[in-house]
Amino acid sequence: MSHVVSPIRETLVGGGRSYHDVTQDICKQVEGEPTKEWKIAFGVSCLIFAYGAYCLGYTWWQGIGVWGLNKTVGWAWDITNFVWWVGIGHAGTLISAVLLLFRQKWRTSINRAAEAMTIFAVLCAASFILAHMGRPWLAHWALPLPNTFGSLWVNFNSPLVWDVFAISTYLSVSLVFWYLGLVPDLATIRDRAQSKASKFWYGFFSMGWTGSAKTWARYEYVSLILAGISTPLVLSVHTIVSMDFATSVIPGWHTTIFPPYFVAGAIFSGFAMVQTLLLVTRVVFKLEDYITMEHIEMMNIIITVTGSIVGIAYLTEFFIAWYSGVEYESYCFINRAFGPYWWAYWMMMTCNVISPQLFWFKNIRTNILVSFILSVVVNVGMWFERFVIIVSSLHRDYIPSSWAMFSPTMYDIGDYIFSFGLFFTLFFLFAKFLPVINMAEVKSVMKGVSSNYPFKKNAEGGKDKVAH
Amino acid sequence: MENTTKRYWRGIEELKNDAEFVKYADREFGDAPSADEKEGAIFDGTGSHRRDFLKVLGFGMSAVALAACEAPVKNTIPYLNKPEDVEPTIANWYASTFVDGGEYASVLVKTREGRPIKIEGNKASSVSQGTLSGRAQASVLSLYDNEKLKGPQKGGQAAEWATIDKEIVAGLAQVASSGGQIRIVTNSILSPSTKKVLGDFIAKYPTTKVVTYDANSAAGLVAANGVLPSFDFSKAKTIVSLGADFLGSWIAPTEFAAQWAKTRRVSSAKDGNKEMSRHYQFETIMSNTGANADYRSTYKPSQEGLVAAALYNAVAAKVGATALSVAGVKVEYLEKAAADLVATKGASIIVSGSNDPAVQSIVAATNALVGAYGTTIDLGTPVNYRQGSDADMNAFISEAKAGQIAAVIFYNANPVYNHPRGAELAEALPKIGLTIATNEKADETASLVKYNTPDSHYLESWNDAEPKKGFYSLTQPTISTIFKTRQAQSSFLTWAGAASADYAAYLQASWTGILGGKVQWSQVLHDGVYETGASVSAATPAVNLADAAAVVAKTYKASSEALELAIYEKVGMGTGSQANNPWLQELPEPISKACWTNYVAVSQKTAADLKLEQDKEVELTVAGKSIKLPVLVQPGQANGTVAVSIGYGRTKAGKSADGVGANAYPFVTTVNGTLAFFNTAEVSVKATGEEVKIAQTQTHNTVMAREAVVQETVLSEYKKNVEAGRFKPEILTAEGKKTATDISLWNGHKYNNHAWGMVIDLNTCTGCSACVVSCSAENNVPVVGRQEVINRREMHWIRIDRYYSSDASVEDLQGLEVASENPEVVFQPMLCQHCNNAPCETVCPVLATTHSTEGLNQMTYNRCIGTRYCANNCPYKVRRFNWFRYYQTDEFDFHFNNDLGRMVLNPDVTVRSRGVMEKCSMCVQRIQAGKLEAKKEKRRPKDGEIQVACAQSCPTNAITFGDMNDPASEISQLLAAEKVGRAFGVIEEINVKPSISYLVKVRNKEREAKKAEGEAKEHA
Repeated sequence: MSHVVSPIRETLVGGGRSYHDVTQDICKQVEGEPTKEWKIAFGVSCLIFAYGAYCLGYTWWQGIGVWGLNKTVGWAWDITNFVWWVGIGHAGTLISAVLLLFRQKWRTSINRAAEAMTIFAVLCAASFILAHMGRPWLAHWALPLPNTFGSLWVNFNSPLVWDVFAISTYLSVSLVFWYLGLVPDLATIRDRAQSKASKFWYGFFSMGWTGSAKTWARYEYVSLILAGISTPLVLSVHTIVSMDFATSVIPGWHTTIFPPYFVAGAIFSGFAMVQTLLLVTRVVFKLEDYITMEHIEMMNIIITVTGSIVGIAYLTEFFIAWYSGVEYESYCFINRAFGPYWWAYWMMMTCNVISPQLFWFKNIRTNILVSFILSVVVNVGMWFERFVIIVSSLHRDYIPSSWAMFSPTMYDIGDYIFSFGLFFTLFFLFAKFLPVINMAEVKSVMKGVSSNYPFKKNAEGGKDKVAH
Repeated sequence: MENTTKRYWRGIEELKNDAEFVKYADREFGDAPSADEKEGAIFDGTGSHRRDFLKVLGFGMSAVALAACEAPVKNTIPYLNKPEDVEPTIANWYASTFVDGGEYASVLVKTREGRPIKIEGNKASSVSQGTLSGRAQASVLSLYDNEKLKGPQKGGQAAEWATIDKEIVAGLAQVASSGGQIRIVTNSILSPSTKKVLGDFIAKYPTTKVVTYDANSAAGLVAANGVLPSFDFSKAKTIVSLGADFLGSWIAPTEFAAQWAKTRRVSSAKDGNKEMSRHYQFETIMSNTGANADYRSTYKPSQEGLVAAALYNAVAAKVGATALSVAGVKVEYLEKAAADLVATKGASIIVSGSNDPAVQSIVAATNALVGAYGTTIDLGTPVNYRQGSDADMNAFISEAKAGQIAAVIFYNANPVYNHPRGAELAEALPKIGLTIATNEKADETASLVKYNTPDSHYLESWNDAEPKKGFYSLTQPTISTIFKTRQAQSSFLTWAGAASADYAAYLQASWTGILGGKVQWSQVLHDGVYETGASVSAATPAVNLADAAAVVAKTYKASSEALELAIYEKVGMGTGSQANNPWLQELPEPISKACWTNYVAVSQKTAADLKLEQDKEVELTVAGKSIKLPVLVQPGQANGTVAVSIGYGRTKAGKSADGVGANAYPFVTTVNGTLAFFNTAEVSVKATGEEVKIAQTQTHNTVMAREAVVQETVLSEYKKNVEAGRFKPEILTAEGKKTATDISLWNGHKYNNHAWGMVIDLNTCTGCSACVVSCSAENNVPVVGRQEVINRREMHWIRIDRYYSSDASVEDLQGLEVASENPEVVFQPMLCQHCNNAPCETVCPVLATTHSTEGLNQMTYNRCIGTRYCANNCPYKVRRFNWFRYYQTDEFDFHFNNDLGRMVLNPDVTVRSRGVMEKCSMCVQRIQAGKLEAKKEKRRPKDGEIQVACAQSCPTNAITFGDMNDPASEISQLLAAEKVGRAFGVIEEINVKPSISYLVKVRNKEREAKKAEGEAKEHA
């Protein structure tokens, strides 16, 4: 009787790193002088941020008339960008929460950066919530705050109010989750810190972490609980965002398929964004052993799966538009594909449906350059998806007399650039001052069963030291 | 019991209880006040105290803090002596008369705290019948034009009236003594008293001659008929118009529209009227009237006379008169029109827009053949709108050029701009020794004269008018003169050396004479009108038909390959006299939906032939003169023609008008002694390569075969079935097919008191757009300017959607975007539908838009945070967003940007700030005012008492507003009659349950074979 030997898993961390090596590799970035690459990258983001801030400031000062919107197209780049950024944020939560619940150990080296990305993306999205308002200084009116106007309350029927709740919940939960995960690593840095300032600040933020077994146990419980809370958010946030459109009467918006379609799209774009960022980070910070080919491949597979879901959603919409027999709905979809905004539609189709299918080929999905390019392409496509949904539905709705075109102005573009500036500035600050990889969790997956196998491929994996 | 309580004393004084102690016993420190505690000591610096120090400190701090938050200074000045009639917040109404050149309307002027803010029609007048054009509506804003002359000027410098008068009188005396010629150049004068004043002037200076001309001359019509006859379209069963835009710009369009609408109103009630007049239009451009015609076809300007002759011949053949011997011309529907004209003899009318006496003579003869005189046309009650003589004006300009004129007074006339020979006149003016203008502005003409003696605006003036023989209308001031202006009549009286220059007294004296007493005068002044009745005559004009035919044969050609120019008047802008009125500049032309410019209009085919594209600039050259304008592709225009409107290209009218468009007057020629508003000389267009966008409020021209938006039928089918043309979508449910409106997720609203609603009759809406101006005036709707209209951000709360028909089949979505070569046109006023299941209300996050208990969809501006979700979710796209701050902003320098312009604002309506949404409120301020008035009298509001601005201003009463809960109201009865009939809600299958119903448009024409066939197939 021979027994079945299951194939051996690749180690999750390559390069035969020891625990100490991990600490060393990750903390190096935080403790050392900023590298030249970081300085350049950060400087460029600051410039972008400054230009964007000027555009946004001008928009706020003059009014959103500086955008290209009109009486027919009341939302365009503003809400496109909002949905796009919120969607991007989803990957972080999915990776850290859902994959944690499903015990996917490979997530450990990417979840920190992904969560940070989530938070920054949600902040970018929030900036568009503010910016798109006619009177942003009254934004707090959208919150159900007690007030002196009598019993004046928010409109609980309005999907925008749901949005406010969804996004603020999402931001706070993500922030807590992310911060909690940071605490053990902050303590590590605190313990290694040389300067007084870093000792103080990392000490302050690590909240007296002792590393005792009890602390670790509590840490694990809280992580699981927060993962449990975050998981429904992965589904709910974009579902609610999709309801901004789905509950309306506008042909092309009024669609029941939107919630699942938006969630899939969000994960799709989020993974693409994580991919983009990690591919850069692993090179810049020399983390190739932590973010391995396996990670890249896994991410690419998820991108293909979600991209295909999105593709099916696109086709379903078309089918239903025809099958429903609704004149306006049918027209809307024909107009999307063949009307004045056909280029946006086909851009979306190419980027989102066709390009991820290339990942069926192993040598494509394991090619770093192609993966990088396609991850950007996917996000371009997802931006166009939102643009197509918003603008091509609005610009020709029921009454032909009001049909109009939208074209962006430099302030539409500038305010979008602002969000990139904000995102990358925050991301580079994060990358410099906080550990981009969760050291504690990575260490927990280094010693697997497979590493004890004598006949595994990476023989050098066996020479790890226990030393810290 | 023994009292054991011990007593302690604060001191020996208390024990002694002396008077000095008791006085200060309650003080903390029981001493007598020291000198520095005396009142005032603290402030005069003689001393201070701890508490006072704290008090002063507190006061000082709060004073400094208050001073730091500087509140804008807003002066509210109370009346020291309250004027008798002015109650703050209560409007006063005065009857008056709008006259501008040859335009007239009896009006009621609404004033608030002494400021005229709104003009409405005076229904007491049987001439204007309470109708007002957009221009008359907008004239209240022209009152507050900051660029008017602010006082008399000599040589462009401000001067005193007394000095100027002295110099003018001396100048005139010198001219008179030397026998020099004096001319008063004016547009048609409707006022008998003004004519009398001019008579006095002539008596003093006998060499004076009054030269009357009109920029939109009707001299040909006057020449053919002897007088300008009264037209009555309401008696017509067959209406044929040869290029007369009588619903838009010809003679008295709102008056004619009201008459025309009477013949177009049908009712689905059992015994309701199901007869309509049939309206044929033959024309060159696609006019507002042509858009409303049942049958329409085109001809080129060079064919005009022959078309008139062909119509005469066709009619003559049927009634047995001799035919004219002219070349025949083929125009579609002309034979059919002739047949109808003869069939409805006695109830037929033919009007022509031609200014050629020969053409008008043939038209007059045709009218005589079909029995129009005495029924639809009346020579016995002539009208005075256009008395201008082109010959007189031509003679004057020639004399001026020859240096034969010694003095000229331009009485509110601007011939340098609006006469084709204006440039010649401008050159000749320096040759005239004494030049005076009473124009309100230093316009193209007035800036060239020596003395400017600005006339007051009609709202600041006394006057009378006799629009029609025996029908009078009075003008009274509704505000004292804003600037140092003086009524021109007073000026003439002063210069004529009258004992008193008080024109008010002059007017009153002559009217008390006519009316027989001051009491009657007061009554007539109150009513605004005085009518002695028409004297209808069946007389026909004496026409020399043979001569006319000969002239026509010589002047016109049966066919021409050359490009021809048609010159027309835009419905909103007219002759351009009020070009500096931003409301009019931003008013979209009913057909092209273009504003803020004129343009070179060409048909689709001609555009293709000449390789012209919309929004591309061309240089239009006619007989050596050229202008540059963008191209507008106009379906329905005659092929081989280009059309340009007058009224634009002002150079000295003000910031809203100057440099907007180009002046087409120089292209007007003289044909057969009168001005001809076309040019058949060498016309050429050459693309300059520049892109000049035309500001259009609507860029998609067709309705894309969406039956739920616009529903129409033809009369023959309507007679068979009152629901013909109705589109009733049904939805398949588990319980079988159901009417779309029967399935709802909502519980609906209960309206226990009122339920305001509106019915709009597509059959009588002519698209004239008077309602748009009226709404802007009533609701402080901002003007946003050309660029913002190009950005599709005009703010109008009511718009008139205009759709052209398309020849494409329903499946051909690309084809449906292209209008037919000669399309049918439909107008659809679109405003907030006040939906009962309003999509905007559910999506607003902050409840800024809510539903009232009376069925109104209300907008709370100060709650709005500007997410624009409501506008996106509005299926009718009627919500308007304040993209910028439109008041007190230099970028939007229309009338919100200066104190004078803002005087026109309606104080009952909030001026909206940047970043908030706005839309039609169904004039909620009027509803509230009406309800309050009724409440004060302890009664229910009466039907018709509350009128919204658009309904009030509609010349054809196409809009009916009222309480749908009141079964006796006009709207309830109309809806009851049309429920099974023509009433429909736009896109009603989405079940937003609009409070506004539309009535199906019925065309009085036979359904064309091709179309009928297609529909039969569709239903099979």
